[in-house]
Amino acid sequence: MTAPLVLGIETSCDETGIGLVRGHQLLADSVASSVAEHARFGGVVPEVASRAHLEAMVPAVDRAFAIAGEKLAAVDAIAVTAGPGLTGALLVGVAAAKAYSVALGKPLYGVNHLAAHIAVDQLEHGPLPAPAIALLVSGGHSSLLLVHDVASNVVPLGATIDDAAGEAYDKVARLLGLPFPGGPPIDAAAGHGDRSAVAFPRAKYRDGTLDFSFAGLKTAVARWVEAREAAGDAVPLNDVAASFQEAVADVLTAKAVIACRRNGVTDLIIGGGVAANSRLRALAAERCAAAGIRLRVPRPGLCTDNGAMVAALGAELVARDVAPSSLDLPADSALPVTDVVVR
Amino acid sequence: MLLLAFDTATPAITAAVHDGERVLAESTTVDARRHGELLMPSIVSVLDQAGVTRHDVTAVAVGIGPGPYTGLRVGLVTARVLGAVLGVPVHGVCTLDAIARAAITAAAGREYLVATDARRKEVYWARYTAAGQRILGPAVGQPASLYPAVPAAGEGPLLYPAAFGEPIGPRYPAASWLADFVSERLAAGAVLEPAEPLYLRKPDARVPGPPKRVSAA
Repeated sequence: MTAPLVLGIETSCDETGIGLVRGHQLLADSVASSVAEHARFGGVVPEVASRAHLEAMVPAVDRAFAIAGEKLAAVDAIAVTAGPGLTGALLVGVAAAKAYSVALGKPLYGVNHLAAHIAVDQLEHGPLPAPAIALLVSGGHSSLLLVHDVASNVVPLGATIDDAAGEAYDKVARLLGLPFPGGPPIDAAAGHGDRSAVAFPRAKYRDGTLDFSFAGLKTAVARWVEAREAAGDAVPLNDVAASFQEAVADVLTAKAVIACRRNGVTDLIIGGGVAANSRLRALAAERCAAAGIRLRVPRPGLCTDNGAMVAALGAELVARDVAPSSLDLPADSALPVTDVVVR
Repeated sequence: MLLLAFDTATPAITAAVHDGERVLAESTTVDARRHGELLMPSIVSVLDQAGVTRHDVTAVAVGIGPGPYTGLRVGLVTARVLGAVLGVPVHGVCTLDAIARAAITAAAGREYLVATDARRKEVYWARYTAAGQRILGPAVGQPASLYPAVPAAGEGPLLYPAAFGEPIGPRYPAASWLADFVSERLAAGAVLEPAEPLYLRKPDARVPGPPKRVSAA
C-alpha cells in the first residue's frame, strides 16, 4: 500500500506555499512569493501579502498538482498552517484548506508553522532523531526547541526577547542601503568581507538562558556606521556585513550547542529562512562537529517558508492516525509551539 | 440547477442553497471576527439541510463586497476553491446589491441607498432606483458626504443616523437574496460579475524614508 498523499498549504507571511508529499517523499513544492511587492516598503505589508495569497491560491495548487503529475482527487488529507503568523494572511490559507477538504471529502489538519519547519527535514534526511534540538530562525522567529516528537511533543527552551534574527538582517540591510529581504545581500557582501573587522556585541551570550536579543546588535551596527560617516570615512560595507553576520551566527550556534548539552541531546536541526545563510550553516557544522553533535539542515529552498513543510508534518500526523481538525478551525497568529495540531 | 451562495463582506456569515426556483436552506450568523471559523460549517450545514451533497452543486455565488478585507477574502477564496475542485462556475455579486434587493419594498417607490460599515468612520455605499437598479457606486466615503435625505438600508444608517434618511433595513445581507439575484440573472441570460474582491481602497503602506539616526546629533 502506498503512503497517503498530503496537500500542504502555507500562507503565514508573504509566500503562498503549496506542497505535495507522499509519506517522506516530496512530490511538488510550489511557492508564489509577493516579496517583490513588499521590497519598496522595507518589510512585509500584511494587507499586500493577504491580497496576493487570494490571487495565488488556486493557480499555485494547480501548479503543484501539475508538477507532481497527480490528480486533486488522489489527495488523502489537507494540512494547513493555522499559526503563528499574520492573521489576515493565515486566514486565506485556512479558508482555502477547508474548501479543499470539503470539496474533496478529505480530512483537514491545522498545524503549527514552527513544527512544520522541523518536520520538513524528514523529506531530505529521513525520520527525525528523537529527542532533538531545533533552532528555528526566520524573519518572524528565533527559537530553540526540544523536540521529543515533532507530531506531539515540542518544548520551547528559549526565543528572542525582541527582534527575530531575520528582522535584524532586514534592518541592517536597510541602513547599509541593501535591498529587502536583507539576508541574501548581506550574506553575499559578507563573503567579500572580514568577519573579525568589527567586534559587534553578542547580547545574552553568557546570561545562562537560551533566549536571544538582536535589537541591540542592529543599533550597534547603526552607531558604528554613523560614526564612520560623521568622521567622513567610507563605510567598509563588506566588513560590516561580515562582522554583523558573524555576531548573529556566533550567538545562534553557541546557544544551540548549549541547548544540546544541557538536555543530553546529540542531534540538532536548523530550520527557517535564516538557515539558508551560508555563515550560519558553516559555523553550525564546525561547532557541531567539535561537540559531537549530528547536524541536519534542509536545503535552502526547504528552509524558507513553503508548503512542503506543512505537507510533511501533515503526512506525519496522518501516518500516526492523529484525529483531524474540525471545520471551525481558527487561525491563531500567536499559536504556541506546544500546539502542533489545532482542533 | 443547484446554487450554493454565501457572503462574508459584513459581520454576517450567511450561506444558502437554491434550486433555481426557491431557497432550500439558509444559515446566517452574525460575528464580525469569526468569518474564517464559521463559513465552512455553515456551508456544510445548508447542504445537509437541503438534503444535497457537494456533487449536486452546479454553481457557486459569492458576495464580492465591498467589505472589510479579511472577512471578504474568506468568502472569495472559499468560492474559488469550491469552483475549481467541483468544476462549476463561480458568480460574483456586489454585496450591496444583495441588500438592495431586500429593501425595494421598504423603499416604497423612492430612490434609496445601501451603506455598510467600512470602519475608519467610513461606509461602503451605492445608490439605487426605486426598482432596485444600482445607479451610483459602489464607493467608499464618509457618511456626512452622502445624501442625508435619502432612505438607506444596511448598517450604515444605524451607525450614522444623522447622515442618512429613513433607515429601511435590512441591516445585513442574507445569502438567500444573493441566490435569488443570481438565479434570476442567470435565467435572464445575464452575465454576472467575476469572483474578484471589491476592495475600493489601496493597502495601507507607506514607503519609508531614510533610516532614523541612532547616535546623538
